[in-house]
Amino acid sequence: MNEEIFKKVVDVIVAKLEVKAEDVKPESEFGNDLGADSLDRVELVMALEDEFEVEILDSDAEKFQKVSDVVAFIESKKA
Amino acid sequence: MGKLTGKKAIVTGASRGIGLAIATELAREGADVAILSTSVKEDLANQLSAELGVSVKSYACDVGNSETVQNVFKQIITDMGTVDILVNNAGITRDGLLMRMKDEDFDAVIQTNLRSVFLCTRAVARTMMGKRAGRIINITSINAIRGQAGQANYAGAKAGVIGMTKSNAMEFASRGITVNAVAPGFIGTDMTAKMDDATKEKYAASIPLQRIGDPADVAKAVAFLASDDASYITGQVLGVDGGLNA
Repeated sequence: MNEEIFKKVVDVIVAKLEVKAEDVKPESEFGNDLGADSLDRVELVMALEDEFEVEILDSDAEKFQKVSDVVAFIESKKA
Repeated sequence: MGKLTGKKAIVTGASRGIGLAIATELAREGADVAILSTSVKEDLANQLSAELGVSVKSYACDVGNSETVQNVFKQIITDMGTVDILVNNAGITRDGLLMRMKDEDFDAVIQTNLRSVFLCTRAVARTMMGKRAGRIINITSINAIRGQAGQANYAGAKAGVIGMTKSNAMEFASRGITVNAVAPGFIGTDMTAKMDDATKEKYAASIPLQRIGDPADVAKAVAFLASDDASYITGQVLGVDGGLNA
């Protein structure tokens, strides 16, 4: 996993979900561990699009269960 | 001190009629206001600003056009720093009996009166969600509730606004954003002046409070819903109609 991308993703998650950075781990689940509801997910996806300058389709976003899923997605887009 | 001091408001269709009364009332209560209309009304903005001691700025915006709305709202939010209040007031009429109503007249009214509410709401949603606060007030019409011969397009669009108001109220509730509608009855404006005398007389005679409404009557209701006093009210349709719908 790309450390730099992971760190940036954590920053976005911390800013949008109002959680502590140390609580955001690659295996953290958005719903169960980070307390994100459907609106949080939308806000998060939009913030990620801005941060990484990528388009994230709803069909992609639906597959984001854990933080590592997002990092893998960004990696694939940036590769 | 006004009840909206320091708030930043956007009012669409604000160059005349009910929209102008709303913009004036919000400014009188201390809000800085961006007034939107089809063309820039610099003089009007300067006049309101000088009279009421707040910032009032005019923007040209076709509120039915997605790209225009995105660009203009981005500019407004940059200029004002944020947005606390959105009043979706812009509206047109293209009355005609259904059998003779042209596709263009139907589509134009849906675009300006209904699609605009979607576009403008979406354009402020992110900022308001981020703040965990916001007030959205949609202007509908008593004709959305009662129906009106010759207004299949207008009443249809305005009824759509009510459905959107309630849906958006639910969608944004967890973020402290309230969404309400105000339904004016028979209000004296340029728009109602276009109605024929027979229709006007019929209306006036049936108003329980025995008078045609003033745009300021609507503006006061909007200012209330925009204020902290209305923080526990969302998803409602407030009739301002002299009892027409009682």
